[in-house]
Amino acid sequence: MKNKTAIQEFIKGLWEENPVLVSLLGLCPVLAVTVSAENGMAMGLATTFVLVSSSFLVSMFRKVIPNQVRIASYIVIIATFVTIADRFLAAFTPDISKSLGPFIPLIIVNCIILGRQEAFASKNNIGRSLLDALGMGVGFTLTLLVLSSIREISGSGTWFGIEIMWPSFSPWQVMILPPGAFLALGCMIAGANWINRRRKS
Amino acid sequence: MNLIVIFLSAALINNFILSQFLGICPFVGVSKKIDSAFSMGIAVTFVMVIAAMVTWLIYHLILVPFNLQILEYVAFILVIASLVQLVEMFIRKVSKPLYDALGIFLPLITTNCAILGLALNAVLNEYNFSETLIYSVGAGLGFTMALVIMAGIREELELAPIPKSFQGAAITMIVAGSLALAFMGFAGLI
Repeated sequence: MKNKTAIQEFIKGLWEENPVLVSLLGLCPVLAVTVSAENGMAMGLATTFVLVSSSFLVSMFRKVIPNQVRIASYIVIIATFVTIADRFLAAFTPDISKSLGPFIPLIIVNCIILGRQEAFASKNNIGRSLLDALGMGVGFTLTLLVLSSIREISGSGTWFGIEIMWPSFSPWQVMILPPGAFLALGCMIAGANWINRRRKS
Repeated sequence: MNLIVIFLSAALINNFILSQFLGICPFVGVSKKIDSAFSMGIAVTFVMVIAAMVTWLIYHLILVPFNLQILEYVAFILVIASLVQLVEMFIRKVSKPLYDALGIFLPLITTNCAILGLALNAVLNEYNFSETLIYSVGAGLGFTMALVIMAGIREELELAPIPKSFQGAAITMIVAGSLALAFMGFAGLI
């Protein structure tokens, strides 16, 4: 029984409670960095790292942190891990770090992370919190990957920097500009709604 | 002259919501009614200006002299969180009507990435104090404008026959996309 629910804890973040498509959390980085699949992937992984590590710490200290200062404590824990992720990216992948710009530090105020600490990690044991965080992180990364693939393929005709469209294809410039982000995400959310409605009926 | 360019670019060309994607959560959440959109915009502008000034002072008077730039993120977010609390208490003491109007929105502002983004951008662009001030006012007004325009459109949308799957967040995104397209026209301004 316990085993099964543990798996469900992981699975729910992928589709049913997908942080982006269903809960509409953390939309700022989703829209901003999905110009290329590489950026989307890096952002997703960085967010997953911060989410999993802070869930671990918050869950570990959940009985020690006083209720009144819990939000402030969560934010300090998150900010610390974001600093680690930021330094790491700057040291090993300077190009990606540069193109993500201020959106790496802005992971701190990503509502997904604070939301999971408040709603889950502060009430559950370490194992389940890790699974929950991992599920949410993977769900977030996959969504970013799909959205950034759509935008990169249609907007510049490449995927992970490799030319994949036919030579005479002329890229839809607008898809890699800000309006394209809103349009593509709008269509993705509508698609998710449509699938969910189909599955229900 | 330089200040005017910074102001216009923060308010229109690099509009925080429509071209930098900062503060999307309140943009989607609080843009259903023009009144509340306007209150939210003013509250954000208010906190933005104060936060920009305080974080500028902290960065240049404390972090840089002691070579502690690595603490930038932790320091900024703590300052913003406590600032929001302070502003909330201050407004409640000074003006009860304003507090009632902003009340619910104030705590939400802590996790509004526009505030932290503004503070980080000001450091990144190496603005001096007066430039930071103008930049924050411009960004706040641009934020308010985008929010109010969006709320106006959404009030009309309630009467429109929208396909079922597109109702709610999806159509908001599509409308925001068209707005962003329109705002791209400002790029030729400077």
